[in-house]
Amino acid sequence: MTDIMHSLADIVGEDYVSSQPEEIYFYARDPGLMPPHEPDYVVVPSTVEEIQEIVRLANREKTPVVPMGAGLALTGLIIPLKGGIVIDMKRMNRILEVNEGARYAIVEGGTSQGQLSAYLEKNYPRLRHSIPDAPPTATIAANVTIHGQGRLTQQRGFNSDMVGGLEVVLPSGEVCKIGSCALSFGWFSKGPPLPDLSGLFLGWFGATGIITKLAVKLYPRKKFRDVEIFVTDRGELVPDIVYEITHTEMAEDVLIFTQPMPLMFRDNHHVSFYITGDTDEELEFKRKLIWKALDRFIKAKDGGFMGIPPAMKPTLLEMPQRSASRLADVKRGGGFEYSGPIIMVEKYPECSEKLKELASQYGLAYSGMVRVIDGGHSMMFAFAFAFNRSDPDMMENTRKALKEVSDFVLKVGGVYWKPTVEEQRMALENMDPNTRKLMKMIKENLDPNGIMNPGNWEFIS
Amino acid sequence: MKYEEIVHRCFRCGYCKLTGDYIGFNCPTYRKFRFETYSPGGRMWLIRAWLNDEIKNTERFQQILFSCATCANCVEHCVFPFSEDLVNIFIAAREEMVNNAVIPPPVRDYLKNINISGNPYKEPADQRGDWAKDSSIEIYDGHEYLFYVGCVGSYDERAKKIARTVGNLLLRAGVSIGILGEKENCDGNEVRALGEAGLFQFLAQQNIDLFKERGIKKIITLDPHAFNAFKNDYPGLGGKFEVYHYTQILTSLIPSHELPLKEYRAKVTYHDPCYLGRHNGEYNAPRKILESIPGVELIEMPHHGENAFCCGGGGGNFFTDILGGGEDSPNRIRVREALDMGARILAVACPLCARMLDDAVKAEEKEDQLEVLDVAEIVTRALS
Repeated sequence: MTDIMHSLADIVGEDYVSSQPEEIYFYARDPGLMPPHEPDYVVVPSTVEEIQEIVRLANREKTPVVPMGAGLALTGLIIPLKGGIVIDMKRMNRILEVNEGARYAIVEGGTSQGQLSAYLEKNYPRLRHSIPDAPPTATIAANVTIHGQGRLTQQRGFNSDMVGGLEVVLPSGEVCKIGSCALSFGWFSKGPPLPDLSGLFLGWFGATGIITKLAVKLYPRKKFRDVEIFVTDRGELVPDIVYEITHTEMAEDVLIFTQPMPLMFRDNHHVSFYITGDTDEELEFKRKLIWKALDRFIKAKDGGFMGIPPAMKPTLLEMPQRSASRLADVKRGGGFEYSGPIIMVEKYPECSEKLKELASQYGLAYSGMVRVIDGGHSMMFAFAFAFNRSDPDMMENTRKALKEVSDFVLKVGGVYWKPTVEEQRMALENMDPNTRKLMKMIKENLDPNGIMNPGNWEFIS
Repeated sequence: MKYEEIVHRCFRCGYCKLTGDYIGFNCPTYRKFRFETYSPGGRMWLIRAWLNDEIKNTERFQQILFSCATCANCVEHCVFPFSEDLVNIFIAAREEMVNNAVIPPPVRDYLKNINISGNPYKEPADQRGDWAKDSSIEIYDGHEYLFYVGCVGSYDERAKKIARTVGNLLLRAGVSIGILGEKENCDGNEVRALGEAGLFQFLAQQNIDLFKERGIKKIITLDPHAFNAFKNDYPGLGGKFEVYHYTQILTSLIPSHELPLKEYRAKVTYHDPCYLGRHNGEYNAPRKILESIPGVELIEMPHHGENAFCCGGGGGNFFTDILGGGEDSPNRIRVREALDMGARILAVACPLCARMLDDAVKAEEKEDQLEVLDVAEIVTRALS
């Protein structure tokens, strides 16, 4: 046993540290397409104090630490690019507090989306959080670290906008509170009216600290929820359609999907919007307003509402949607990956055309999945390709297609979401030099030994 | 390896280790060890790595594979079309290890004992029917049903009591049952789960031949594990019998007042055995029995029915203990869940679960707060 292994065993207990080939193999990978890289150790801590000790040890030994939730980003963000210690956070999964009046929940850094959702449904049926369509094992902390989106994103912005406060273990091993909780017993704001320091950690993929607790804002859960799908075969009209829907401010969530199968879906653009209400009247009022807003497209014969088969409705209404994960089996091969840039809605037509073009060029099964963000200020456009994990050629073609997406995104004014290391490099190369300099200053000051998830947000000279 | 063409299809999304309502992790080995490698997705990825020679058959890999309790939570909750085969895939990988003779020593010893002694306890076959001594339970001779108790019911002290209770209840209700006594053989369910397909086929064939020779058409099992083997595996080997778990028989007798129940006041929660529940879809019969007892307040634990949390005794672990003990062992987690509900009785319908949970109550030092009783034992209390 190495000295580091001994020390880690002293910190978390022998049962919760491993350098065995099985854990090394598994934690070297995520389900996406990035090449594996082996950690030296995997630990599963249960307390903040243990994480502090691990980080202090890592500093002494100048060894990397990589925090990991469920590892579902697909873009390699939890692959330990420079080895070191992977910290699996999922043993720290307690829901610590729900403040019903101020509508927030404080959870530990390894708490899953599904767990909070189920807990709220059972104990606080009038409250909900913005659950993403990632599998329910996805952790809340990791999701905000990558600026994830969820079911309330159309109304409320990125899930990271819905954070009410953070507790972070800094690269020094110190614990720091971010937001109102730094001064108050209430976790109701991640920044304002103080300087908003949450930006030092959100979007950094653990490269500046490890989130050990966070507050997520909760919102009213209405009694009724329904979905409608407006279909058009004219992609160029989708931005207008979204504009009209968001103008009504009646939709809770707006998603768009375009996919080649089943055949009746091919070349169509399906704008699904979700409405909620505490009464039938409220629901119908919202529905009618949106219908009215889209009337002109129907009259011009540019689209119409799709009749949703009864069997399809539960699939559309479930949160998260299991069907999103099933894309991985389209090629009977356990894999899909997507590049999901954040981009203006006006770029939808170009994005959907590019998606089809790449799928055709590389012979790939595709799905375009869009989530409208914050009332239509932007959208996440997922260029998603399914691949067969046992078919190296298909995997390579998927990589090539995604590389072309990376190039395309910058040309059309998009910004990478949860970027791969290569996309991070491209982002840094192309961004305002003084922004890059500022990011560098932040990283180097917070993490002078470069131990936090190294390889991510590494700075080009 | 069987199912080799499927293993690469796991996306390791993790639905498999949760309950259907996502309230928590429900894979017993993952709850115990907490490394992803001990989850169904972890196993899938490691089996593929092993087949590709990227990892070796190490002690830890054996622990990862053989600690699986085959509880089928993953089968229930995986979102992919191959979900039905998940446990079969893990068993197929065990088969490969058994065929290569590189398996954990407790597994080897278990299989050896079954092969040599016909039971895992190395007890003489002529003592197999001793549990029925001093009762009116007869040796099968044209009775309507064979009452099959299995290795645990025949030799384990706690399980023997349950076997006697069930047997006596069935007799009292006028059910025509007979046992095989010293002629009873191991049903082989755990042998199959531990990957010894050849030995399983041998045992199954022996049983099928014996049952046919004795003219047995209907079987009542004490143990859901035997129930599973007889119901799902034996037909493929030519053994088609009418198979019932004893709770399915009792539940039909109570409304007809064959068993007149008096008041028995108790706050009871029921633990679904995996091989009765998820493997065979029988969730109602034991509950109906409990609900029919005047005075019994039946409360459900959060993890129940299709979301039931396994006691950790399945897949051979009852005998091999590869899953192991400790505070996070599944049986102790389960007992704490029952205690959190305020239950005074944790009802079971499986002798393996009874023993696992009994041990956990002792380990938790809660003997004064929680009693583990088989459904038949509760019914018997209500009769007296």
